[in-house]
Amino acid sequence: METNELKVLAGENPLFAIKEIVQRHNAYLGSAIPILQDIQNTFGYVSPEMMMRVSDFSGIPVSELYSIVTFYAQFRLEPIGENLIQVCHGTACHLAGAEKITEALQFETKAPAGGTSPDRKFTVEKVACIGCCSLAPVMNLNEDTHGRLTPDKVKKVIKARLKAAEAEAESKGGSKDA
Amino acid sequence: MRNGNPTVKVGLATCAIAAGAAKVYETVKESLKDTDITLERAGCMGMCYSEPNIEVIEPDGVKYFYGNLTPEDAAVIVEEHVKKGNPVQELLILGEGCQTEDASFLSKQHRILLKNCGHIDPEDIESYMAVGGYEGIRKALTTMTPDEVIEEIKLSGLRGRGGAGFPTGMKWMFTRQAEGEQKYIVCNADEGDPGAFMDRSILEGDTHSVLEGMLIAGYAIGASIGYVYIRAEYPLAIRRLKLGIAQARERGFLGKNVMGSTFSFDINIREGAGAFVCGEETALLMSIEGKRGMPRFRPPFPAQKGLFGYPTSINNVETFGNVPRILHQGASAYNSLGTEKSKGTKVFALAGKIKRGGLVEIPMGTTINEIVFAVGGGISTGKPFKAVQTGGPSGGCIPANLGDTPMDYESLQKIGAIMGSGGLLVMDEETCMVDVAKYFLDFTKEESCGKCTFCRAGMNQMHKILERICDGEGREEDIAILDDLAHKIKMGSLCGLGQTAPNPVLTTIRYFRNEYDAHVKEKYCPAKKCKALIEYSIDPEACTGCTLCAKQCPTDAISGQRKEPFVIDDSKCVRCGLCINSCRFEAIKVTSEPRVTV
Ligand SMILES: Cc1cc2nc3c(=O)[nH]c(=O)nc-3n(C[C@H](O)[C@H](O)[C@H](O)COP(=O)(O)O)c2cc1C
Ligand code: FES
Repeated sequence: METNELKVLAGENPLFAIKEIVQRHNAYLGSAIPILQDIQNTFGYVSPEMMMRVSDFSGIPVSELYSIVTFYAQFRLEPIGENLIQVCHGTACHLAGAEKITEALQFETKAPAGGTSPDRKFTVEKVACIGCCSLAPVMNLNEDTHGRLTPDKVKKVIKARLKAAEAEAESKGGSKDA
Repeated sequence: MRNGNPTVKVGLATCAIAAGAAKVYETVKESLKDTDITLERAGCMGMCYSEPNIEVIEPDGVKYFYGNLTPEDAAVIVEEHVKKGNPVQELLILGEGCQTEDASFLSKQHRILLKNCGHIDPEDIESYMAVGGYEGIRKALTTMTPDEVIEEIKLSGLRGRGGAGFPTGMKWMFTRQAEGEQKYIVCNADEGDPGAFMDRSILEGDTHSVLEGMLIAGYAIGASIGYVYIRAEYPLAIRRLKLGIAQARERGFLGKNVMGSTFSFDINIREGAGAFVCGEETALLMSIEGKRGMPRFRPPFPAQKGLFGYPTSINNVETFGNVPRILHQGASAYNSLGTEKSKGTKVFALAGKIKRGGLVEIPMGTTINEIVFAVGGGISTGKPFKAVQTGGPSGGCIPANLGDTPMDYESLQKIGAIMGSGGLLVMDEETCMVDVAKYFLDFTKEESCGKCTFCRAGMNQMHKILERICDGEGREEDIAILDDLAHKIKMGSLCGLGQTAPNPVLTTIRYFRNEYDAHVKEKYCPAKKCKALIEYSIDPEACTGCTLCAKQCPTDAISGQRKEPFVIDDSKCVRCGLCINSCRFEAIKVTSEPRVTV
């Protein structure tokens, strides 16, 4: 089952989706991490309830799952906002002023460091090198990478994203009416 | 008029896509729709500073390389050059009759490993085979015993490119000799150094060479299964690996009876989950086994007891990438490059305050100055060159006056740095060395797995001290405490993380003691970086009272009357720099003055 199909299934019947994911990996040695990665890809985060279900289906103790989720930076215990921003704090980006980019983002989105804005529109995270050092400083906004940032450019990117989101919402609303 | 059609290539590696190459590709594709001109995707050429790129190859093999393109430029290139045969001189950066500075970026390098990157289509196995791909494993399977393969690798002098530089042939021999009914090959593609992307570019641009290297290693040590442990932050590399593995299986290069021989080998992918320490080999194995990535004591080395308890050879991406070339061209061709003890070439990710940043491959033993100036074109800001950092968070800062140091394992070690995996960060006068040391320690303290007390608690202490130095609250004895802690952490840590993490602090103290003293004794930051030690002010002569900065200021620290000089209220200013960005008259000044005279 593709990730998108899983996502649909997760919306309809989360338990089935979890079972499907576990069955897909469980035959292999050392499957706990790939299972949890798929859970996160499908649901966007890994909650304690999900870990309990994974444990039921896989036989891996919840404590072990929890130890993994809290060790690896990739896993989130809480859902993220509508937009995920990853600011590169790799070496090149640090030298090029990544700190200022993060600050500008926090001013602009009102998201606290490493957290989600109160309106749940943006989650701002720090990540290490995303391999575009020659465009430093760099950030990912959802799927897109933005390079050669300045605090000013950050403002514009966020404004543009908000506008695009509004337009999306409107066109969705519009098509429903039609 | 030309005979036949040219070929057009658009670079589509991660850096290219970030710079907008996808739109360039779309434009070219659209304009070539009704022609039978071939359009190909290419990996990273290494000229990241000039992305997006287009390469036009004439039917007679003459190549033209365009850089820094917009979709509009791309349309012009297609119309004028591709269709009509008139190269667009203004946009060319490399090509026939075109004398650009960029030419020296490539001419000073020696590309063995990166030869294919940017030239073959990484998503097509045929493209790799057309340049001799999979001939190395064929040669091994048909004409060599596993011991002869190991002998050849030993003879080449290849040393591990993951950082420590352990001789690869020896590692394979130990793994071959170890007892075990099952053996594994692991490719370390965790690339944790937060400023390095060599492995990513090789995986994206020349995927099959890594798979072939693993195959050869598998044959040499008698393994039947290989794992690629790759960081999840590299989605494109992961996708291409999956594709590459599927293509190799289809051809019978992977799976049962490779190329019709008795040797069977298959490769699985494991995605990392975001932990720097998992680049360390024993932690990496834990992670593949599905546990927390905590390093364990060695011996036993993975060669004896590795993955799931069986003998395992772990090598870096670049190490594997070298292997097919060595087999194909022979060990003596390989070891003719480099220095006495460091053979072959090394790929570096050149970044920071450098004019032409990107991937560079140079023979071992090339000096730092040659890389920075001849290849990289010097400092991007025009300010004096101050230092380079090699080896990322485990490495050291090398001051400009040691720029004649050759880049090889021994020479770097002698001056307190390491080769590392290949991050090469260039710093200029505007870089504060205390801040750099604090940055690396901030990274490593977060990434410490917490097993060893000195690494876990000691680095937190060191970081706190560095923080207070940057905040202008440093004490006279702080530098001695840092030095003491650094040595104790190195002694008291189990794995390479703790053993090397204090290096950036030790080398900056050793070579830039005056900057530490300026922060501690005189409470100022010579590079004007540390927020607590700098002030923003507006030059009343230059300020026109345009109000732009005041509108930008997030804390309302700037005030004044329109058309009159504005002023900054220092108590409100958070030094975010938005005002500097907005000012068109260069009226906003950043200053840092010695405050206490000693
Ligand atoms: C903290 C730490 C991080 C490491 N990260 C990496 C890495 O990202 N990539 C890598 O190839 N080796 C890394 N290494 C080195 C590996 O432990 C190991 O030596 C290497 O993969 C062996 O391959 P080689 O012999 O080809 O160099 C790291 C070591 C330490 C201590
Ligand atoms: S350091 Fe930010 S992309 Fe490499």
